[in-house]
Amino acid sequence: MEMAIFVVLAILAVGAGVGVIAQRDPFKSALFLLLNFCSLAGLYLLLNAQFVAIVQIIIYAGAVVVLFLFMMMLVGVERAREIPNLRPYQWLLAAFLGLLLLAGVVWALLPAGTGAVPSLSPSDNVRDIGAALLTDYAVPFELASLVLLVAIIGSVVLAKKKLEG
Amino acid sequence: MVPASFYLILSAVLFTLGVVGVLVRRNALVMLMSVELMLNAVNLTLITYSRFLESIEGQIFVLLVMAVAAAEVAVGLSIIVSLYRHKETTDVDEINLLKG
Repeated sequence: MEMAIFVVLAILAVGAGVGVIAQRDPFKSALFLLLNFCSLAGLYLLLNAQFVAIVQIIIYAGAVVVLFLFMMMLVGVERAREIPNLRPYQWLLAAFLGLLLLAGVVWALLPAGTGAVPSLSPSDNVRDIGAALLTDYAVPFELASLVLLVAIIGSVVLAKKKLEG
Repeated sequence: MVPASFYLILSAVLFTLGVVGVLVRRNALVMLMSVELMLNAVNLTLITYSRFLESIEGQIFVLLVMAVAAAEVAVGLSIIVSLYRHKETTDVDEINLLKG
């Protein structure tokens, strides 16, 4: 049963990933990205990471994709569609390099993933994360808020219209 | 039970898709989306190890990665807005101000 859910979610995630990079229309790419994020949230649930799954939906599906769609509204999707395609040989070269990278990553990751599967111990996922964030990882947690503050100020400064000249 | 290697291979495939997306697409918006694909693939790896090593640290890292990813999208998209104001395009091949 778990295997069946995994296979469905994995096919959805990979198919949506292909959709993101293969669509001519950036608007459809963003919608495929949404599907990818949602299937990854399902995989997180399967991996017993309930809190991260919900955060994935809220932040990625709720905020990041909406930001992309807003962006397309601002710059005009019609203009973005006019960007010419690459030559076929460039696609082939990219696919070849991608396969090479895939082989390397799988070769590096696989030996670490062959251990026995630990049985699921009943635990309170949200409580564990909260305790870890406010004890051992309090400093990185606060630094993350600093990063977000700098990002807010930075994006306002960057996107603001120049008043002079 | 699904073995850990299945999740790891899936995340390798997703990461590669993101890399290929950055390589083949010339639209700055879609390139940023491909970077998001890569970040999510790495998150999947971290969650997988968090589950199979029975430690919460992986999930903490994922939360921090998400904060950084949100900051990156906000700053990246505002850079694209100001680029678009300047050059009227999101095609990265036409953005060649630094080219000698």
